[in-house]
Amino acid sequence: MKFFAFIACALVGGLLLSAVDDFPNWGDAHSPANSSDISEYYIEKTDEKTKVPNLVTAVLADYRGYDTLFETVVIFTAGLAIMAVLGLVPINANPEDVSDDVETDMIIKHTARLLVPVIQLFALYVVAHGHYSPGGGFQGGVIFGASLILLAITNDLPATLKRVSARTAIRLAAFGVLLYGGFGLACLLAGGNFLDYSFLANSWFGWDEVTARYHGMLWVEIGVGFTVSTIMFAIYAYLSSKGRLKGAL
Amino acid sequence: MNGALEPIVHHINFWVYVILMMIGLYAMIAKRNLMKKLIGMGIFQSAVILFYVSISVKEDADIPIISHDHSHGAEVQHVDTDKIENPLPHVLMLTAIVVGVATLGVGLAIVQKIHRDYGTIEEHELLAKIRAEEDGELKSVTAGGDG
Repeated sequence: MKFFAFIACALVGGLLLSAVDDFPNWGDAHSPANSSDISEYYIEKTDEKTKVPNLVTAVLADYRGYDTLFETVVIFTAGLAIMAVLGLVPINANPEDVSDDVETDMIIKHTARLLVPVIQLFALYVVAHGHYSPGGGFQGGVIFGASLILLAITNDLPATLKRVSARTAIRLAAFGVLLYGGFGLACLLAGGNFLDYSFLANSWFGWDEVTARYHGMLWVEIGVGFTVSTIMFAIYAYLSSKGRLKGAL
Repeated sequence: MNGALEPIVHHINFWVYVILMMIGLYAMIAKRNLMKKLIGMGIFQSAVILFYVSISVKEDADIPIISHDHSHGAEVQHVDTDKIENPLPHVLMLTAIVVGVATLGVGLAIVQKIHRDYGTIEEHELLAKIRAEEDGELKSVTAGGDG
């Protein structure tokens, strides 16, 4: 078995490596991928059309909004799938392996208590500052989820679940997807295409087309942040407790 | 520079990604432990992510964030496309990394469920247990038919 696997991998790898010579050189600015019309359009026009200096955020939330919307849905669905796979056992079915309550060291507990608010504040900064520096909903959401996971590791999981239960987590995740989809729907109601934020321009908020796209991206990123942070925490909570957590779905 | 190595040096990113990808593929095929298969899947994923990010590189280019020169006021500056990295692969991989974590979580959940139901995550032991179970079911069905 191992021998055949090795032969197969060597064959595929050899085939791929035999084609490497036809690929562009490392760092070639004029390779097909780097000089395609669409990439050059993003680089040249994004700043003018959306006033967002971070091209990655602009492409992620505006130009490729559909892609990101359904990536968010994939994450939400993954969270649901984990709950469906692990959560469908009666709670406390087998009391021996429910949880091994290990007392954590006091120093660790209090260090984490000091760190968690700072991490969460930084996460919010990363979400809000995604237009100007590396960051955005995905990164900030993961950092926020990590702070909750840190809390669950250093204190115990039930104490963390008292603050953010699995039910709350999945509700907030659904809210994030709804916020994203709702903004797309608002564009539809305003007469534009789905997720075409420029149609949200109106004199009420004082938004012209450029600022409408700017603000649309911000809210969409916030929706992504909600979904990612809560699903990351839900994944940890379900996997670490083998699905036997209190207040599960 | 050694002339024979030059093709490799210019395509070092492709060599690295092919080798990493094959390590992942080998782990997914040959390893019997389901956790090790998942680790192989992670390596495979990282190889693809490395590949995408590496093709966005331009020599001497900046990160895809346009820095404003405030002395010119609000007027739009001309942007040199050769001096800013290609943002598109970054966008694709940004979402792929997070989705990769989420799908890895689903994989881990399924492995945990298998361990809960069968008590093992070794593939051959698992197959033996499933076969034994099926044989047991067949016997009970035929015994029920006789009785």
